[in-house]
Amino acid sequence: MEKHNNSEGKFVPYLLIGISVLFFLVMLVFPLAEVIYRSLKDGIEVYKSALAASNTLSALWVTLIATVIALVVNTFFGLCASWLLTKFEFRGKQVLSTLIDIPFSISPVIAGLAFIMTFGRVGWAKPIIDWFNGVFGTDISFVFSVPGVVLATIFVTFPFVSRELLPVMQAQGSAEEEAAAMMGARGFVIFRRVTFPHIKWALLYGMILCAARAFGEFGAVYAVSKARGKTFTLPLEIDALYMAGSSDSITQAFAVSSLLVLMAIIMLVLKQIVEYRGKVMEE
Amino acid sequence: MYVEMKHINKNFGSFEAAKDIDFGVEQGRMVALLGPSGSGKTTILRMIAGLEQQDSGDVVIEGKVVNDISARDRGIGFVFQNYALFRYMTVYENIAFGLRVKKEDKRKIDDRVKELVKLVGLEGMEKRYPDQLSGGQRQRVAFARALAPNPQLLLLDEPFAAIDAKVRKELRGWLKEMISKVGITSIFVTHDQEEAVEVADDIIIINEGRLEQMGTPVEIYKKPKTSFVAQFIGTSAVLDDFSGFKGFENLPKGRQAIVRPEFVEAFKSDNEKFKSLMHATETGIITNIAFRGSYQELILKVNGISLTANRSLERRSVKVGEQMCVLVYRVYVLADGDTEIHKNQLLKGIDIEAL
Repeated sequence: MEKHNNSEGKFVPYLLIGISVLFFLVMLVFPLAEVIYRSLKDGIEVYKSALAASNTLSALWVTLIATVIALVVNTFFGLCASWLLTKFEFRGKQVLSTLIDIPFSISPVIAGLAFIMTFGRVGWAKPIIDWFNGVFGTDISFVFSVPGVVLATIFVTFPFVSRELLPVMQAQGSAEEEAAAMMGARGFVIFRRVTFPHIKWALLYGMILCAARAFGEFGAVYAVSKARGKTFTLPLEIDALYMAGSSDSITQAFAVSSLLVLMAIIMLVLKQIVEYRGKVMEE
Repeated sequence: MYVEMKHINKNFGSFEAAKDIDFGVEQGRMVALLGPSGSGKTTILRMIAGLEQQDSGDVVIEGKVVNDISARDRGIGFVFQNYALFRYMTVYENIAFGLRVKKEDKRKIDDRVKELVKLVGLEGMEKRYPDQLSGGQRQRVAFARALAPNPQLLLLDEPFAAIDAKVRKELRGWLKEMISKVGITSIFVTHDQEEAVEVADDIIIINEGRLEQMGTPVEIYKKPKTSFVAQFIGTSAVLDDFSGFKGFENLPKGRQAIVRPEFVEAFKSDNEKFKSLMHATETGIITNIAFRGSYQELILKVNGISLTANRSLERRSVKVGEQMCVLVYRVYVLADGDTEIHKNQLLKGIDIEAL
């Protein structure tokens, strides 16, 4: 810690530590401890059965599908967008860079509703989907269905990877890539051997943030998912259990919540490891 | 001609980086592109490399127009300004990169890398990463890396800019020696005239996207073709009218004259050596003395004009305010697109060089 000679300087750090710890306890630790306590209140058997309920398993499954697809799509998109924004000059670059951040500033519920408006019964994209289903004999629907949940999840988690990559790639510049090109290397080789080592920790960090947000998303998914046991994700299932109001269902809600808390903690640990590794590699 | 630039134009928006650039470089020569910052010299280098595309004109290498050949297929070695070494690769990996990309035989790569490491004197440092090297060592790696795939042409962008002044001088000699040893045609960009004069066989002077003059360092120094070159090379004073000066009465009126410190001699009135030239001198007062390491730089006020003269430290000491005899041997006079040398009329018949 920075050393100060004046008496005020000595006091300030302790005050700040006190405030931070208090805030942290009240806002995070106590509520999360409460979740674990409540979920185990009626014994481990109740806890187990809550997790094994078919609705819970279905919700877990939908959550994982949505998270994995969102992760893959957004990693790919994030790489493309950051590559484009940092290594090329073109008209409208600033606009694109701002557009990427829209999901950060827009309420997820609005995103969900926008999807309903676009792909729903009266949406303009509905005829296209019908045509597609007719031609290929499929039965795809983006509203009140798992693809809709996936779409909504992709939307809200879309900036995470590119936001982590942009500053790193900006700082790196393009001299090393040019040097590699001068030696005859082609695009993919340049990416794999020169660009990727620079960005891998930032990329992994962005992916972790993206995943953490994906399985916790409520608002956007809530708008497009209405069938419990079919298209509900974990946060929706928890809400449904809690809203049912019986003391049993509330305990179940906490049990399912503990699952999300566990996933969050795993992500937090991963994030910490990646951050640490990234820093060590920088030095 | 090995490399030819034919009527090259290049704009960045409204900024003209190259205006009808036209020159040729012979095989085996070491050429400096010299100019102030923002003059477009780096852009010209990048267009030869293929990292930048000209708006019009042809880049010709070995008699072949390479306009549509991408940078990676031109087979040119390039040393970047800050070296752009691959930070996450060792010295060995950096040098081997170009050979790996070409899918060369492993044994061959190893031999070539070892040969280059030896050539640039970095034995024992193969396993180090770029951030564990000094500026000079990094330059050596960048040089070896650019040479690894055996290019026929080497381009260097401000190769000494990232190195501190003391090591820079040493590295200049080293680089010149290396390049002549390898025998590769090379073009380097610099804003430092001393560097260009010392290292290059030929100098191309670029200003505001235009080629001002190309020639050997001596030619450029002795026969500057444009006022820009006359002023840029050496430290020169530009004077609007010099015809009031003794010995220069018949200079063409209304033409700017350029006086270099080497053209000016300042001595005390009791000087024995310059006794015979006394009639050609004007009187000047020293207004400033600056220590320049191995010599002194005197600023003298003569007839209301400020002139600079260099003075050896071996000579008698002088002080500010002292009255001196000032002799101007010759001046450059600017005419359209050329400069003429005018000698001091009063020195006719006197062998100045013997002094």
